[in-house]
Amino acid sequence: MAQQLRIIVLIKQVPDIEKVRFDVETGRVDRSSAPAETNPFDLNALEAGLQIKERFGGSVTVISMGPRQAESSLKDALARGADRAILLTDPRLAGADTIATAKALASAIRKLGEFDLILCGEKTVDGDTGQVGPEVAELLGIPHAAYVCEIRDVSRDKITVVSDMGDKYLYELELPALLTVTRELNSPRLPTLKDLLRAKRAKIEAWTAEDLLDYISIDQLGFQGSRTRVVKVVIPTTEHRKGIILKGEDAVEEIGELLLKEVLRR
Amino acid sequence: MSGKGILVYAETVGSDIHPISFELLGKAREIADKLNLEVWSVILGYGIGDKASELIYHGADKVYVYDDERLSDLNVIAYKNVLVDLVRETKPEIFLIGATPWGRSLAPRIAAALDTGLTADCIDLQVSEDGKLIQIRPAFTGNILAYIETVSKPIMTTIRYKVMKMPKRDPSRKGEIIVRKPEKIDADGIRFLGKVSERRVNLADAEVIVAGGRGLKKKEDLKLLEELANLLGGVVGVSRPLVEEGWISKDHQVGFSGNTVKPRLYIACGISGSPQHLAGMRDSNIIIAVNTDPSAPIFRHADYGVVADLYEFIPRLIRFLKEVKGREGGGIERA
Repeated sequence: MAQQLRIIVLIKQVPDIEKVRFDVETGRVDRSSAPAETNPFDLNALEAGLQIKERFGGSVTVISMGPRQAESSLKDALARGADRAILLTDPRLAGADTIATAKALASAIRKLGEFDLILCGEKTVDGDTGQVGPEVAELLGIPHAAYVCEIRDVSRDKITVVSDMGDKYLYELELPALLTVTRELNSPRLPTLKDLLRAKRAKIEAWTAEDLLDYISIDQLGFQGSRTRVVKVVIPTTEHRKGIILKGEDAVEEIGELLLKEVLRR
Repeated sequence: MSGKGILVYAETVGSDIHPISFELLGKAREIADKLNLEVWSVILGYGIGDKASELIYHGADKVYVYDDERLSDLNVIAYKNVLVDLVRETKPEIFLIGATPWGRSLAPRIAAALDTGLTADCIDLQVSEDGKLIQIRPAFTGNILAYIETVSKPIMTTIRYKVMKMPKRDPSRKGEIIVRKPEKIDADGIRFLGKVSERRVNLADAEVIVAGGRGLKKKEDLKLLEELANLLGGVVGVSRPLVEEGWISKDHQVGFSGNTVKPRLYIACGISGSPQHLAGMRDSNIIIAVNTDPSAPIFRHADYGVVADLYEFIPRLIRFLKEVKGREGGGIERA
C-alpha cells in the first residue's frame, strides 16, 4: 500500500515537573530549577506518528514553538525517528496564550503545505490547558478527536479512533484531521545512543515570526495576539491541612474513630 | 434587565442533563446578579426538549433548545457550528462550559472560531472591584493557581466539575424557552460510530476513595483496599503506575492524566505523592495518608499521616471498623 501519509507532530518543551521549584512569596515559577524535557504526552503523539509512518510509509515532521533551548526536544524527536524538525522561535512569539499559540502553529502548518494527519498530546504539564490542539484544528478547518486512546484503522483518506471521554466512543475522521492523544495510546520508544549522536549534529530549521507573515499578521501572534492575561499567580499552600502524624498502636483506633465520625455515623 | 447575558452550555448525558450544568448555572446566577446580566442557557441533543425547564429551575432566565435527531451523537463540529451561530446572534458577555472531556474538546473549537480567549479548567470565578471577571485556574500540574483576565468577548471559560456549589432547585422560577430548529447542521468530516465501552466506576462522584499506589506489592492486594472501600461505601482509586502495570482500568486512576477527584474522604495507601498524583486529589475534603516512609511528600498534603506498613495497618483498621459495626448492629449506616 503506497500511502505516503504526511504526518505533523506538535511538541512542547516543558520543565521536569518533578523537580521544578515554585517561589511561594512571589508566585514565580523558577524554570531554571529543573531540567527541560519534552512534554510527556507529546512523546505518545510522536510514537503514534512514527508507528503510522512505519506501517504505511510517509513522513513525520515535528514542530515546536519556544526559545532556542527547545532545539534539544526537537533533536530528541529526530533521534526517535522523525524526518524533519522546525522550531518557531522569536521574541515576538513569546507570551502567547493558547489562541495566539494555535495561530502561530496553524500558520506554520499552512506554510509547510499539504498534510494528512496532525498529532499532539492531550495537554502539557506546564500549561495544563489541552486547548491548543482543538484550536489548531478549528483554525485549519479540519476535524479533530480528543483524548484518543486507540487508533483502530488508518487508510488513505480516513482514520478510525477511540476517544476516551470517560465512556469510550468510536469516531471515523476524514483526513486531514488532528488527534490529541492520551498516555494509554502507546509506549514511546527510546532513541538509541547512535541515533542520539546522529541527531545531535542534525540541523533544526528555525523559523521566526517573519516566516509566518504570509499566513497571519504580526498583531495576532505572541503576547500582542493573546486574548487572555495573567493577572497574578499564587502558589497554593497546604497550611489548611491538619498535618497530624500518627504512629504505632494508637493510629488504628484514632483513624477508625475518625472514619466512624466522618463517614459511618454521619 | 440589561439585555446582556451570561450563556451557560448545558451538557447532556444521553437525554439527561449533566449535573455540572446546574453548578455552572448557580455560579452564572451569582455573577449575573453582581454585573446586572441575565443568565441564558443552551441545550443541544435529541429528545431533550422537556429538560429545558430544569435549567430555569436552577437559575436560567432564558433557554435555547436545539432538539434535533442530527444532534443525537456527540459530533464536535455539529455542536460547534450551532453554538458559534448562537453566540454570534445573542452576543453573550461570558460563555461558560463544563470542563468535562467533552467540554474541553468542544470549547477550544468555539473559542478559535470566535477568535476569543478561553481559560481552561477553572476552579473559581470572581468579580473584581472594577467589575472584571477573574478566572482562577491551576497550572503547572496543579502546583500554581493563575488568575486570568480575558480581553476579548465573549469571555470563555471551562469550569471543573464539583468546584461550584449546586444551586437549589426552585420549580417556581419562571423563564423563557426558545425552541430552535437549525436548518442545516454541517457535521462534515466526523462520523460517530458508537460507544465502545462505558466507564466502570465514577470517581468524580465518589464520596469516599481508598487509593493505592506503588506500595502495593501485587494486583490481588487491591482486594484489601476494596474491602475497606466497601465498608465505607466508597470506591477504589489508584495512582498511575498501577494502571500502567495493567492491574486495573484507567477509570480508577486519580491524577493529572486520570481523574480529578474531590471526595469527602481520600485515603492514600502506599502512595508517595508525586505532583501528578497530587494534582488529581489535593482538593479532597479530608486526606488520610498511609505510608512507611515518613518523608513521603503525600504527608505534607494530608490531614492525617499514618507512618505504617499498609499491609499491617489496613487489615487492623478493617477489623476495628467491623468490630464496632458488629457491636452497634444496624446502628451504623453506610454514607
